[in-house]
Amino acid sequence: MHQRVWAARSGQNDNRSKDFTLTNTGGNTDMKKLLKLTTVMLTVLLSLGAVTQASADKLKVGFIYIGPPGDHGWTYAHDQGRLMIDNMLGDHVETTFVEGVPEGPDADRAIAKLAETGHKLIFTTSFGYMEPTLKVAKRFPDVKFEHATGYKQADNVSTYSARFYEGRYVQGQIAAKISKSGVIGYIASFPIPEVVRGINAFMLGAQSINPDMKVKVVWVYSWFDPPKEADAAKVLMDQGADIITQHTDSTAALQAAAERGIYAFGQASDMIQFAQDTQLTAILDNWGPYYVKRTVDVLMGTWSSGDTWDGMGPGMVGMAPFTNMPSDIAMMARETAESIRTGAFHPFTGPINNQAGEEVVAAGETADDGMLAGMNFYVKGVDDKLPQ
Amino acid sequence: MTELIIASMMTMMTAATPLMFAATGELICERSGVLNLGVEGMMLIGAVFGFATAAVTGNASLGLLAAGASGILASLIFAFLTLTMLSNQVATGLALTIFGTGLSALVGFDYVGETIDRIAAIHLPVLSDLPVVGPLLFGHDPLVYLSFILLIGVALFLNRSRWGMILKAVGDSDVSAHAIGYPVVLIRYAAVAFGGLMAGLGGGYLSLVYTPLWAENMTAGRGWIALALVVFASWRPERVLFGAILFGGITILQLNAQAAGLGIPAAFMSMLPYIATIVVLVLISRDVVRIRLNAPACLGRPFRAER
Repeated sequence: MHQRVWAARSGQNDNRSKDFTLTNTGGNTDMKKLLKLTTVMLTVLLSLGAVTQASADKLKVGFIYIGPPGDHGWTYAHDQGRLMIDNMLGDHVETTFVEGVPEGPDADRAIAKLAETGHKLIFTTSFGYMEPTLKVAKRFPDVKFEHATGYKQADNVSTYSARFYEGRYVQGQIAAKISKSGVIGYIASFPIPEVVRGINAFMLGAQSINPDMKVKVVWVYSWFDPPKEADAAKVLMDQGADIITQHTDSTAALQAAAERGIYAFGQASDMIQFAQDTQLTAILDNWGPYYVKRTVDVLMGTWSSGDTWDGMGPGMVGMAPFTNMPSDIAMMARETAESIRTGAFHPFTGPINNQAGEEVVAAGETADDGMLAGMNFYVKGVDDKLPQ
Repeated sequence: MTELIIASMMTMMTAATPLMFAATGELICERSGVLNLGVEGMMLIGAVFGFATAAVTGNASLGLLAAGASGILASLIFAFLTLTMLSNQVATGLALTIFGTGLSALVGFDYVGETIDRIAAIHLPVLSDLPVVGPLLFGHDPLVYLSFILLIGVALFLNRSRWGMILKAVGDSDVSAHAIGYPVVLIRYAAVAFGGLMAGLGGGYLSLVYTPLWAENMTAGRGWIALALVVFASWRPERVLFGAILFGGITILQLNAQAAGLGIPAAFMSMLPYIATIVVLVLISRDVVRIRLNAPACLGRPFRAER
């Protein structure tokens, strides 16, 4: 049974890389660069004889997952990253994962268990693992830890996250081009800066095409509740939204939209098989290059604690193929993604006003990372009151 | 505006359907004097086996059959433990829920992320195209109608049929029913199995029609809502209909209120059905006669036949 699943998954993986070639949003070239870089590094590494004992003594890398690797969302994307380590560094590295670890005391034990069993690099892939990671890290000073989406570092604890908002800006533009009703339905999880930032980026993208676009927001207060996500999508469509986008983890909203022939965006991974005729694109979480880089750092002894927040540029955020839309809109989306990737354009470029109409980013300036990281206001035009 | 109201009502009816299935089954079960707190577990088991069958065979109707059958099997475990082995019904029911959660996650592991063709909504020429009543009465998926038919059937069975009277007699006074010569344990087995069938169908509705996918713990507490619903309905089938639409509809109303930007806190709306249940409980508890009329007197009590 397992065999079949793994085969299916790696199959999807192959498709993904093909898609990258098709859309050419930049991920591909970065991937090549990275591959080259890694090969060079490894050659250096081997010639120095640093890992002559490699075959007998592989570096063990551990992963802590909040959900099952087959959730087709958040955890799935992290697991793809793990598989990239296996594929590229398999001769020197051995990976392990623990799935379905609840955020709390259980996380402590799961992380410590990995550290005790000889894992020298451990990725903890959910926000709620922040304190447990720091606690365990104190007990194992010679083990390196990487915590996703957190903000507390230590000598042996790094943090990393991705600038998903870059993809949301592109989605906003596409939505504004395609929508006939001028109303977008946005299914949101929890009112935290990460989610609010996404809504704002989407809105700014939409407004750059049509200043009168409306975004209706529904909070479901869950990352993963398929029936409720579907309900939210239905309600938004009932209220006139003709494009659905989501910041929750399941495919239910996309499917609910597909059933009515309404266009929608996938989330965290390419969900095209759930909505062949209605998925416009999806934001792809592409953790692989970062995971490979950090693993190589540990292999070479150059790992140091830090905070990484990467976007399309380094390829941490990607876009699924632009499907089910006219070619001129796909072209526009590609161009926007490209200018974000090269750094020529920042989604949060002023003038940006908040809902009260006060200017928060002046014309020509861009929002700094501090403002982005703690974002707790809506930009003008969002049709919702931010829950506090 | 009319369109919005019609659309909302349609969504509310589909949201009420899984609750109707599960609550109708639990109502029969409780009327026979057995309290089965394993509804959530049986729904999950129905959901996963229904989905797995549909994924493997490519036939969602077969999946629905599997959902019902697996619900029955799960409920028979419960029946054997509580009716034959006389274990505590509350503890066994809770265990069944925990077991169902684990089993469904295990069985469903390989099916996460798979797709199936859902059971589609019916479309009758002319009738479904009528304004307003067309979509409301003739535009749902077949299971919505099935849940209504089963509920009406159960209401007629309980109120109008001889066997319905016997079932209620077993639930109200197992000793007397036994003395007259009715097979109390056998009747309870049948009632529990019916409860399992309906919970399984309710779960199957979620994974085959509502959101055609399998996700761990995807019932998200609907089994518990169904249990509250039976109490809310004070063990009367016709009130289950009203309660299911209220309980299912409140989520939809809550989301609608948000999307319309009314500014009512979502958490407040979400707790309304439970407040309603407590209020109903308090109201019916005040009236002793009413309780005697409705609540099965032997609910939750083990029965051992005296010879």
